[in-house]
Amino acid sequence: MTGWPVDVAFWVLAVGAVWFGWRVFRTDSMVRATFALLVSFLDVGAIMVLLLAEYLGVALFFMMAVEMTVMAIFMVAYMMNPAGLNPMQMVHQPRVAVVAGVLAAAGLAAVAWFADLPSVALVAPQDTIRELGLEVMGESMILMQTAGITLLATMIGAVALTAAHGRFGEATSGSRPPRLDPDAEPVEQEMARPDPHAHHGGHG
Amino acid sequence: MTLVAVLVVAAALIGVGVWGVLSQQSFVMVMMGFELALNGVMLAAAGAWRFAAGGEPKGQVLVIVALFVMAIEAAIGFALVVAVYRRRQADTTEGIATMER
Repeated sequence: MTGWPVDVAFWVLAVGAVWFGWRVFRTDSMVRATFALLVSFLDVGAIMVLLLAEYLGVALFFMMAVEMTVMAIFMVAYMMNPAGLNPMQMVHQPRVAVVAGVLAAAGLAAVAWFADLPSVALVAPQDTIRELGLEVMGESMILMQTAGITLLATMIGAVALTAAHGRFGEATSGSRPPRLDPDAEPVEQEMARPDPHAHHGGHG
Repeated sequence: MTLVAVLVVAAALIGVGVWGVLSQQSFVMVMMGFELALNGVMLAAAGAWRFAAGGEPKGQVLVIVALFVMAIEAAIGFALVVAVYRRRQADTTEGIATMER
């Protein structure tokens, strides 16, 4: 795909991606923030389609639609202001953050601008999906298998982290610091119950 | 649409993500900042694949790896949010000052 319509579409999508990414952190509504991030991802996915990486673009659409829906549920569950009916400002070190963000963007953009990047045209523009499939099912198979195992470990880790009760009772009941001498009796330690009023706060 | 244009847009996305990660207090908002930065990383990789690598399929695999990283970050991130909230009743970075139980 070439020509001015592609350029116009690219710049519209690029401005949309950055603008909606910025809106994520500027809106009062948590659900709106989540869906702003989703629009940013959809814009990048569409740019990937323009780049002829159709498989990646469409995969990004599907993955982000699901992930941002989950995120919206988490936002409503863990934040005080899901509908954005009250103004909300939950930030710290705002000036440092802005400077760091601008420096990161400017530095990376300067590298892109001044570096002598190679320019190699697409060898087989019609066959990008087929080539990706052959690569994934061929030479990169070990990478996909490793990723599969890593995702399995992620699922187990997520369940282990979130489970309130394990096989042997409460998830926290068995946690005792070990002794240096393996035969010694383990240290008994009273698990301090978190005081629900002590650490509750921060909803600006 | 050139490689430099794609990379500049990716740099802007990463910059917005860094700003979000450093400025937000809520754990979930911090995660959204990370995701936005990864969004920029994927765009940069796709641009490099298209304009600088001649469509070498391994370049697309790199983007898929970034997708994996994002999925793992989201799953473990949400699990940590749940675990920290359960133990400490904290949902912001200010709510946990130490790593102790």
